[in-house]
Amino acid sequence: MKLLKTLTPVLAAAALFGGVAWAEFRFPMPEFQSGYTYPEMHTPMPGRTNDLWDTVLLAAALGLAAWLVLKRRSRPAVFGLTLCSLAYFGFWRQGCICPVGSMQNVAEGILGVEVVSIAVLSFFLLPLIFALFFGRVFCAAVCPLGAIQEVVAVRPVMLPRAVDRVLGFVPYIYLALTILAVSTGSGYLICRYDPFVGFFRLGASLNMFLAGGVLLLTGLFIGRPYCRFLCPYGVLLGWMSRFSKWHASITPRECIQCRLCENACPYGAINIPTPDKTPLTAKEGARKLGVLLALTPILIAIGALTGLFSYPMLARIHPTVQLASRIAGEEAGRYQGMTIESEAFRAGVKTQDELYAEAHAIRADFKWKTALCGAFLGLVIAVTLASLSMAGCRDDYETDRRACVSCARCFPYCPVEKDEVAVAEQKT
Amino acid sequence: MSTDKAIRRRDFIRAAAALGVGGALWKAAAPASGATVWQIDPQKCVQCGRCATECVLNPSAVKCVHSYQICGYCDLCGGYLQPSAKARTTGAENELCPMSAISRTFIEDPFFQYIIDESLCVGCGKCVGCGKCVKGCALFGNSSLYLQVKQDLCVHCNECAIAKACPGDAYRRIPAEEAYLLKTRTEGGNAQE
Repeated sequence: MKLLKTLTPVLAAAALFGGVAWAEFRFPMPEFQSGYTYPEMHTPMPGRTNDLWDTVLLAAALGLAAWLVLKRRSRPAVFGLTLCSLAYFGFWRQGCICPVGSMQNVAEGILGVEVVSIAVLSFFLLPLIFALFFGRVFCAAVCPLGAIQEVVAVRPVMLPRAVDRVLGFVPYIYLALTILAVSTGSGYLICRYDPFVGFFRLGASLNMFLAGGVLLLTGLFIGRPYCRFLCPYGVLLGWMSRFSKWHASITPRECIQCRLCENACPYGAINIPTPDKTPLTAKEGARKLGVLLALTPILIAIGALTGLFSYPMLARIHPTVQLASRIAGEEAGRYQGMTIESEAFRAGVKTQDELYAEAHAIRADFKWKTALCGAFLGLVIAVTLASLSMAGCRDDYETDRRACVSCARCFPYCPVEKDEVAVAEQKT
Repeated sequence: MSTDKAIRRRDFIRAAAALGVGGALWKAAAPASGATVWQIDPQKCVQCGRCATECVLNPSAVKCVHSYQICGYCDLCGGYLQPSAKARTTGAENELCPMSAISRTFIEDPFFQYIIDESLCVGCGKCVGCGKCVKGCALFGNSSLYLQVKQDLCVHCNECAIAKACPGDAYRRIPAEEAYLLKTRTEGGNAQE
């Protein structure tokens, strides 16, 4: 009790002046007589990261995946590599460093907000360059997010094409929102809503586990739901793969139109032949092109206008905007009590007017950037419509280069392939 | 012949596009060689307690560290004892640390040394102080106890989950070679990184 009494004035003084004299020493440092030496501070260096090694490993895995898909044409081997990638890039490296998230760092590097390291930029570029030459081999066997879904896809069913197309538009929205969030300094959406990283680390918030669990359960029946209907990096890979030099083909030689592979792809990436379709006449083609060209600016304008009207809602993802609206609400008496954020703000040096001005500037920034995102989405719709209506005639079963993840699931379905294997076995 | 030419032209365009776009990206992003890690700026920390709860790891990779050089070695330690402590003992009613991770040893009259057992620490920052109820080391002491991300435990998330939730905006990326923001004793008597 005596202790408390002597302490009370000191505590009161500390409480009064504590905030002001924060950085100064209240008590003199002792001069020891007994020869006491300070213990060592325990400050271990980062473990588990060797960026150069990871980059080399990624390149090697991509090369191996390309060889297994295009040359060996072996589904078991591709699946084996998938498991290895899941073990290393997933569970051992615990999901970070990954090319999917790296696009945010690269965007920040381009905007000059944060310095991006060579390893991260390499992680971003390598899968894209490989996709430009060999198709989406990264998705097939290297990406840990793809791998965990590939493993759980035990009873995949094919979705109706229309559903596939409509849901396939979501990744573009996700991509636009991700870039919007990074460019306005609102944080990394891909990392925040990464559904599987919780499994890799064996620890995450309940929401993360719920999202991941739902996606994995869905993934039992609808193959790779994250890759097909969410992944923003997949959009970029799809663009590259669309123009790839070599790409996984269902048949090693000539398609014999046997239709055995028709239901082979659970990811809806096999284009069926259109023998009944007759090529458009020049007049029809010109009319169609005219309609599309007229439609494109309209769609872009609609997208931009939607962005202009929806930006206040999106701006709320920025922490400063959140804080400003909270403080304004507290001042107006709309909220009872304070949050930790508002308390920390009130204890700081920034004034309310400064905060409001900052939030206002961020909202203005959001305004034109959201409009830009909307315009981009309008353009994507226009291009999708164009590719749907102008699609040429196909005689054979072909992979949809943009959507195909080169997983090699369709290879065993092709009788031509089996025939070749049998011939090779007879020879030996 | 014409298809051959077309294919060669396509190859050329593809290679040129890969080189051009890749090179432009590389130039625009201007990568640096070093990796970065997340760390807490102790001057900005507001001791909200979220380091213990928001980390993707459980227990958190954030631990309390002790800069012995700026510690006052007080008998009556604001980071070790509850403000209402009736005795300077290890009783749960007296100790501030909920995990009893701080051990106190006598050095010489009147100085006591406080050592943190990292395996017990959960990074709650109660010893640092919570800003409103408990006056810890930051508010009643030399502020020699403070929180740092232990880099051997940290899994280096691209977006640190605690940084996102930090009300003091105290988290930032720093070069991996110097992975800590430690307080040291300086001439002017100010605690600095």
